[in-house]
Amino acid sequence: MSNTWPLWEVFIRSKQGIHHKHVGSLHAPDEEVAIENARDVYTRRQEGVSIWVVESKNITASNPEDSDAFYEPAKDKIYRHPTFYDLPDELKHI
Amino acid sequence: MKEADLEQKFQDKIDAEIRIEPRDWMPEKYRKTLIRQISQHAHSEIVGMLPEGNWISRAPSLKRKVGLIAKVQDEAGHGLYLYSAAETLGIDRDTMFQQLNSGKAKYSSIFNYPTITWADIGAIGWLVDGAAIMNQVPLCRCSYGPYARAMVRVCKEESFHQRQGFEILMTLMNGSQEQKDMAQNAIDRWWWPSMMMFGPTDDDSPNTVQSMKWKIKRYTNDELRQKFVDVCVDQAKVLGITLPDPDLKWNEERGHYDFGKINWDEFWNVVKGNGPCNKQRLKTRNEAYDNGKWVREAAMAYSEKRAARKAAGKVA
Ligand SMILES: [Fe+2]
Ligand SMILES: [Fe+2]
Repeated sequence: MSNTWPLWEVFIRSKQGIHHKHVGSLHAPDEEVAIENARDVYTRRQEGVSIWVVESKNITASNPEDSDAFYEPAKDKIYRHPTFYDLPDELKHI
Repeated sequence: MKEADLEQKFQDKIDAEIRIEPRDWMPEKYRKTLIRQISQHAHSEIVGMLPEGNWISRAPSLKRKVGLIAKVQDEAGHGLYLYSAAETLGIDRDTMFQQLNSGKAKYSSIFNYPTITWADIGAIGWLVDGAAIMNQVPLCRCSYGPYARAMVRVCKEESFHQRQGFEILMTLMNGSQEQKDMAQNAIDRWWWPSMMMFGPTDDDSPNTVQSMKWKIKRYTNDELRQKFVDVCVDQAKVLGITLPDPDLKWNEERGHYDFGKINWDEFWNVVKGNGPCNKQRLKTRNEAYDNGKWVREAAMAYSEKRAARKAAGKVA
């Protein structure tokens, strides 16, 4: 039997219409207790209407060391932005 | 990349106010400094529950009791946010508990003083939480992302603590002579230890320069202490309470209050473990840890059994 409770990442939706956002982590023996603990640790002042917990070991993350090369392809594509297109000033609603 | 180049790139990021995140490259000393600082901070929140928890069962009214419970519960939360921030640097929770329980790790010395009367709860809220806020507000801009984010949460919650403390003292100061004396006596005992919460003088804190360069710290100990004094003098006037320092006076030239000499011998003595409650605090933490062991184990055993049952059900 493992000695310490596993680590969980906690995501909270602060109100309807807003994404869940990572708020921190906590230890709990299982997902049910993780949700209850998340409520006590992260929503003591009604900071949330919905909680997600994910065991930390199940998260796959991009590597920050590769980030220059990894995000490079989007760097020179200024034509993906509306300001790339030259239009006359008198043109409205576009 | 060579170590020196990495270090230069790291410092450039810090100088540009770009936050450092857990998996980014960082100098080993930056990591170690943060692990020490964040875990000590977490320990302080946890041990900080003890002097105040002492008065929960004896709070003078239901209103005071729910307020105090909520505050103590917040401090538990602060400890948990901070432990989880420290864990992002590669130290695990149990190691930190061991460091605290064995006496190897330090926590804020202020919590090694006893809470003798109800007025102490007011004094702690006003002065101790007040000093903590002074320390913590600049930490919201600390260069290490998870620590800074935890501090934003903490600071939002702290302001109620300080207001609650002030209100407790104000109520006593509007009461009978005996109540006024009790409030004054609490301030007499808590003022100097609160001043010590900012740590040794700048001349005596060799690590400050590096921490400022890394933007872990934004102000020096003496700068924060001075801010605290300036704020408290005016607040004490509102309370009608006397801060126990005959040398406290406005210095026109500096634009700050001058204050008397801090008893650093006392400070170091408490840090070394000889304060009035050091042994008691550690004993309580150790008992909580040891007595909670079977609960932690039972919860884990239950969830493992449930997971196994679920897996078996799927196969069948
Ligand atoms: Fe706190
Ligand atoms: Fe507090």
